[in-house]
Amino acid sequence: MFKNLMTWVDARFPATKMWNEHLAEYYAPKNFNFWYFFGSLALLVLVIQIVSGIFLTMHYKPDGSIAFASVEYIMRDVPYGWLIRYIHSTGATAFFVVVYLHMFRGLMYGSFKKPRELVWLFGMFIYLALMAEAFMGYLLPWGQMSFWGAQVIISLFGALPIIGEPLTLWIRGDYVISDATLNRFFALHVIALPLVLIGLVVAHIIALHEVGSNNPEGIEIKKNKDENGVPLDGIPFHPYYSVKDIVGVIVFLMFFSLVLFFAPEGGGYLLEHANFIPSDPLKTPEHIAPVWYFTPFYAILRAVPDKLMGVIAMGLSIVVLFLLPWIDQCKVKSIRYRGMSFKILLVLFVIAFIALGWLGMQPATPLLTMLAQIFSVIYFGFFIALYFTSKNEATKPVPERITK
Amino acid sequence: MKQLLGVILLAFSGLVMASGGGVHLDKAPVDLHDKESLKRGAETFANYCLSCHSADYMRYNRIGRDLGWSDVEVSDKLISTRGADGEKTKVGQLMKVAMNNDYSSVAFGTKIPGLTVIARARGADWLYTYLRTFYLDDSRPMGVNNLAFKDVGMPHVLWEQQGLQKAVFKTVEGEDGNEKHIFEKMEIVQPGSMTAEEYDAFVGDLVNFMVYMGEPVQLERKSLGIKVLVFLFIFAIVAYLLKKEYWKDVH
Repeated sequence: MFKNLMTWVDARFPATKMWNEHLAEYYAPKNFNFWYFFGSLALLVLVIQIVSGIFLTMHYKPDGSIAFASVEYIMRDVPYGWLIRYIHSTGATAFFVVVYLHMFRGLMYGSFKKPRELVWLFGMFIYLALMAEAFMGYLLPWGQMSFWGAQVIISLFGALPIIGEPLTLWIRGDYVISDATLNRFFALHVIALPLVLIGLVVAHIIALHEVGSNNPEGIEIKKNKDENGVPLDGIPFHPYYSVKDIVGVIVFLMFFSLVLFFAPEGGGYLLEHANFIPSDPLKTPEHIAPVWYFTPFYAILRAVPDKLMGVIAMGLSIVVLFLLPWIDQCKVKSIRYRGMSFKILLVLFVIAFIALGWLGMQPATPLLTMLAQIFSVIYFGFFIALYFTSKNEATKPVPERITK
Repeated sequence: MKQLLGVILLAFSGLVMASGGGVHLDKAPVDLHDKESLKRGAETFANYCLSCHSADYMRYNRIGRDLGWSDVEVSDKLISTRGADGEKTKVGQLMKVAMNNDYSSVAFGTKIPGLTVIARARGADWLYTYLRTFYLDDSRPMGVNNLAFKDVGMPHVLWEQQGLQKAVFKTVEGEDGNEKHIFEKMEIVQPGSMTAEEYDAFVGDLVNFMVYMGEPVQLERKSLGIKVLVFLFIFAIVAYLLKKEYWKDVH
């Protein structure tokens, strides 16, 4: 019965073919470790955000006079509205946590290198779209931090010569952040950017499945195939990695639940205290800081004394990530077989990124600004040093087959 | 490497300490399981706060349902307003302010903030400190100032309970050589109807209620969280065993 149905469908739509290509006969290296959970987890969080977002949209009002109240209405009067809302707000943080870990994995094992440059580029565009999505979503609760955070970020575009001011006006749709801004950010947040995100995720996965997954050894498993063309060191994604990823999903959901049910405000770092005060264009909060996932770049922005140069430095700090496949010229992929210079650089880069993230949350004092300048130099220094050292790195020989 | 990390961490912890400051906040006695305290706080809130401040994201009967009051009790204890039609406000309605907002803006020179989620914005300890540190100051329009909220526009509404107090400051030389006024202690000028301990408990109940009102679902949230975690824990074991079974043949 089921077989007949599938035959009928397959004659009209490549259902079985797609199932096989992407799951049952997609051969993944058998040595994936802890770091390889975060790709599927990012996909899970995307689904969580879309589903919880749909339910929030049913009750939220994108109107400057009632937006704040409608969030409290969701928290109080909508049955389990509080749960949906906290799932969505915690999901935003979870998204960046898994994406940062996923990107770090790529950095560590050289997953961006030939032939996976496009996988990396699609991934970077996903990251960019995600930042825009998060930024616009943060305006919607219409609290003080929503308002003033958006005010600060949008005003950055004003630093650009000639087009700056008209551009900020065009983004806001008004001379200040207003109902018009809220409405368009809502539209972009709930439909435009999610469509872009989904499209990019599909491209990311298609590109990945075309070239095959990298692994912690950095060995191309497609070089060693059996007589049927199956990689000797590969195992079908389904069922092996589907059952493995379920374990990852459950463990992830446990951490997710710990935040969601026991600390949804995250000590004021996830839901900022000032955001429980309705937006007020006449009262600037004492200390405006973006949410944690933007703070490394915000710290770089503030580290540069000149506003325009700061905006350019911040832009470059993200652009340079796109160029990574061409900056890192080492033929060896995995950190396991790379030279000491790369290991040291990567450690410095991680320290700089975390330190900048912390600094971006603090008020700018002369001492902290100086620290931010030092870490900004280390951040960019990583890419510059990598460009010059990676070509002639003292690497170790990479094995032919996966043995561990 | 480890030493370098240590130095960095040390430098940062010093900075965190240095960036603190402001007024010392007293710890508020918050206990959301104490229904009697919450009930007392709710009555105080309705009697003293709600005449000028709104709490209009919250419904009266939600308080009744969560704290264990019937609709009639809620109406008797908490509601003192009437609608434009002269009918007494219903228990299912939002906790709107009794005072006309246009009037209050003129009278106090500022928009009076709603208090539904103020505990989430300011924190319980801040509210607890704020409500206990009004002191006499002739230079202010309302005759009082506040330690936690300098030059606040609000009068000391609870002065009949606390009494009136004056703040004693001492002058010390700061690190930068300039003189600084540092708060030393409060002195009661005119006693109120309550002792200091009674007043602290009275404000404690009020703050407790405001913390509840900021997020009425807090207790339910945590109890659901425990159930979810227990479920996930069991699921994790099953999922792990399944994975182990499948992966037996991978070498």
